[in-house]
Amino acid sequence: MRLPPQPNERIDRDAPVAFELDGRRVEGCAGDSLGSALYASGRRVFSRSFKYHRPRGLVCCSGNCPNCLMTVDGVPNVRVCVEPIRAGANVRAQNVLGSLDRDLLAVVDRVGGPFTPVGFYYRTMIRPRRLWPYYEKLLRNLAGLGRVGGAGERRYDVEHRRVKTLVIGGGRSGRAAAEAAGGDALLVDERGGFVPVGYELLAPACALGIYEGGLVPVAAGDVLHRIRAERIVVATGTIEQPLVFPGNDLVGVVLPGAVRRLVEDWAIKPGRRAVVIGADESGCAVTEQLAAAGVEVARVVDLRESPVVEIAAEGRRGLLAGVTVDGEQLACDLLVASGGRQPAYSLLAQAGARIEYDAARATFVPVEVPAGIEAVGSVTGDDGRVAVPAASYNGARGKCFACLCEDVTEKDLKRAVAEGFDSIELAKRYTTVTMGPCQGKLCQVASIRLLARELETGEEAIGTTTARPPWAPVELGLLAGRHHEPVKRSPLHARHLAAGAQMMWTGQWQRPFCYGGGDPAAEVRAVHDSLGVIDVSTLGKLVVEGPDAAEFLERLYPNRFADLRVGRVRYGVLTSDGGRIMDDGTIARLDDELFYVTTTSTGSESVCEWFEWWNAVWGYRVEIVNVTGALAAINLAGPSAREALAPLTDADVSPDAFRYLGARELRVAGVPCLALRIGFVGELGYELHCSALAAEPLWDALVHAGAVPFGLEAQRVLRLEKAHIIVGQDTDSESNLLSAGMPWIVKRDKDDFVGKWAVEHASVRERLVGFTMGDRVVPVEGAQVVRDGRPAGRVTSARISERLGHVVGLAWVAPEQAADGAEISIRIGGEPRRAVVTLAPFYDPEGKLLRS
Amino acid sequence: MSFLLDCPHCGPRDAAEFHYQGEVTSRPESPPTLRELTDYVYFRDNVAGLQREWWYHRLGCGLWFVAERDTRTNEVLRTEVHKPARPVA
Repeated sequence: MRLPPQPNERIDRDAPVAFELDGRRVEGCAGDSLGSALYASGRRVFSRSFKYHRPRGLVCCSGNCPNCLMTVDGVPNVRVCVEPIRAGANVRAQNVLGSLDRDLLAVVDRVGGPFTPVGFYYRTMIRPRRLWPYYEKLLRNLAGLGRVGGAGERRYDVEHRRVKTLVIGGGRSGRAAAEAAGGDALLVDERGGFVPVGYELLAPACALGIYEGGLVPVAAGDVLHRIRAERIVVATGTIEQPLVFPGNDLVGVVLPGAVRRLVEDWAIKPGRRAVVIGADESGCAVTEQLAAAGVEVARVVDLRESPVVEIAAEGRRGLLAGVTVDGEQLACDLLVASGGRQPAYSLLAQAGARIEYDAARATFVPVEVPAGIEAVGSVTGDDGRVAVPAASYNGARGKCFACLCEDVTEKDLKRAVAEGFDSIELAKRYTTVTMGPCQGKLCQVASIRLLARELETGEEAIGTTTARPPWAPVELGLLAGRHHEPVKRSPLHARHLAAGAQMMWTGQWQRPFCYGGGDPAAEVRAVHDSLGVIDVSTLGKLVVEGPDAAEFLERLYPNRFADLRVGRVRYGVLTSDGGRIMDDGTIARLDDELFYVTTTSTGSESVCEWFEWWNAVWGYRVEIVNVTGALAAINLAGPSAREALAPLTDADVSPDAFRYLGARELRVAGVPCLALRIGFVGELGYELHCSALAAEPLWDALVHAGAVPFGLEAQRVLRLEKAHIIVGQDTDSESNLLSAGMPWIVKRDKDDFVGKWAVEHASVRERLVGFTMGDRVVPVEGAQVVRDGRPAGRVTSARISERLGHVVGLAWVAPEQAADGAEISIRIGGEPRRAVVTLAPFYDPEGKLLRS
Repeated sequence: MSFLLDCPHCGPRDAAEFHYQGEVTSRPESPPTLRELTDYVYFRDNVAGLQREWWYHRLGCGLWFVAERDTRTNEVLRTEVHKPARPVA
């Protein structure tokens, strides 16, 4: 099938390359595309159409049409006509039941006539509605393209670039523009194959769109280049348009470009006997090329001279057998049919250019191209050629396809108009014309012309549909980029794993749920009875420093910080001006102008941002530094915490020297620490903050001193026994300080704090209270609180307290029920169960243990 | 949304690096009525046109600044560091 060597052929005849199509060996040459090698081996049917399963063959050979989509090495919908050949590739036909040549689903085309008009499925199969899921499954199997997920793990990357000049399209005008721009220019081309002169070439690569700010995403293999250009030159040229006539989708009906590429690039004889129908110079010019390649040309029809012709192609088993032109029957196996060239204006339209119909040239052309963007070459429509509107489609025999991707026929469009979908945007949505893989490259103009004729108006009155990215097919993986799932690990992560911890996700953090024993209750017991230790390095940690630091915090928190003495710690809750509870934590004053603020584990970044914002608004002399990642924090808690700590430090940690809510710098096991004496889990406790680098020796020393590591589940139980709330778990965006039971924290006599006015105007529609339940049945989080058979609240936290011997929890209830001893009813498994409201902490309500 | 924002500290950067905080509002200077408070907390002008708004260079230097942007075209006319009136000490 190969011709003698052609002057500019791309193949290397001495380098055979073999691959497989559906298990059969195919041989081509280096320089072939998969598609050209298949064509050279005699294959003509490349795919089966979307809806009717009609055989389809190469049409454009330039990656524009859907006819050569195959699955290559597990990647679906690869356009094999432009996919470079590679040895050992596993190529498979898709959308086929059986084989490409004998597709059992082709029955749809033969008997489906009355059942396949546009919109049929949705109108007919919607009743009875409950059967739709079954219909849908069936239809999805009958229609549709390749299957996703066969390619395994692939890595995609994103590269960001800035260039002065970006040229899109490597044709004559594009190359000239890039050369003129010189060294700072980058040229992007779909094919490449030429040597850049004084500029950079990115090929094969495809610009997907032009976004605001001059952003152009360019797909090149497994890399998406996000290119910012000061100047964008669009040289995307034109796209040859097919003609609409009966049988225009038969295998063997091609565009002139396919002939050019088959002959020039790959030295393939495209057929034996051809008919050429062209609407412009380049359409008719292939005649000479065909003759030179030894193809007999039966007839040439120049539509510029005889614009109205009856064309009808006939085929056998989907392959072209002949064509009737104005009554003259011509046998042929190749029909080169072109309806002229349409400027590929999409990228310009996306960038904001207006698209106007030029009746003289019978094409749509871009006008009013926005600043910073230039159009050069034939994409402007100024290439001197004169085309005429596409030929007729009046034949009654066979289907006339307006859209190959979605199998939309001229009848479907007429029907859409008859049903009232008579604007191009509506007809598009109703028939799905231009919505397939080609995105209108080969069907936009055809459908506009059809609509214009049907409505007896001009193309200019119909207009175009909105151009949107992506301009070329792109793999979703490329848009998604590399798979990123950030994981945060505490500096003690290795220690947790070594201790057999069951790790769990808390936001991006990995934290121990419980340790090797798998018994959180035992960990709770250790804290209550002797000594426990927990890694709280995930807490957000901010340093707030400056002459105005105290005043700044005073204005952010509802309680007082100006009067906090150096060396003391205070609990604080952050609210918004709307009254929403945002975060909580402790604030230690380390010096007159130096505060150390902790936040919740998930709140470090948002609290830092919040602080920075208010400081931008107010302009205090304050610096805020987020030191979360730099520091570790370990909470040592239990009745014997002091005895364990004393031998590890020179500092005096006696109850009088280091009192409850004190903050001191001391060395523990040689590690410099900031120690906060706070009641994190309800027992005597010290929270030790140290450099992340020193976390492991400190942890080891504490464990060596007898502290039992405990995980998040034990912490949850311990803190719930103290009725400590978890912001975001027990509170939500409707909660305020009064309803959440924290009126004591609000210092109403302060002039101002963020959220003050919301508290003043707050209404309390429900209250967050503690509750206990006698038996050991634990309500799920979210369980309903019921009152007179109606929902009246919900449970937000509940656990069994082994120490107290019953269930403890927090729930939102009606304000009237928020009283010590009030009985409420919680629905568990459909049954209401009795619970009793408790306002004070369940365990050690007076906090004696904390202060001990 | 792919326009560039001129961070007063870092220069022009992709908008995706920033966190948008909405239009610049003025916090009441004296205790507001419920209606005034609701206006301040919940209501925005939502103009089609020039808007002063807060941006935070979250994936950059961490600076809060004010931008003047045309909400119809995403054209950013200028950016500047907010100059607060020094609070009464």
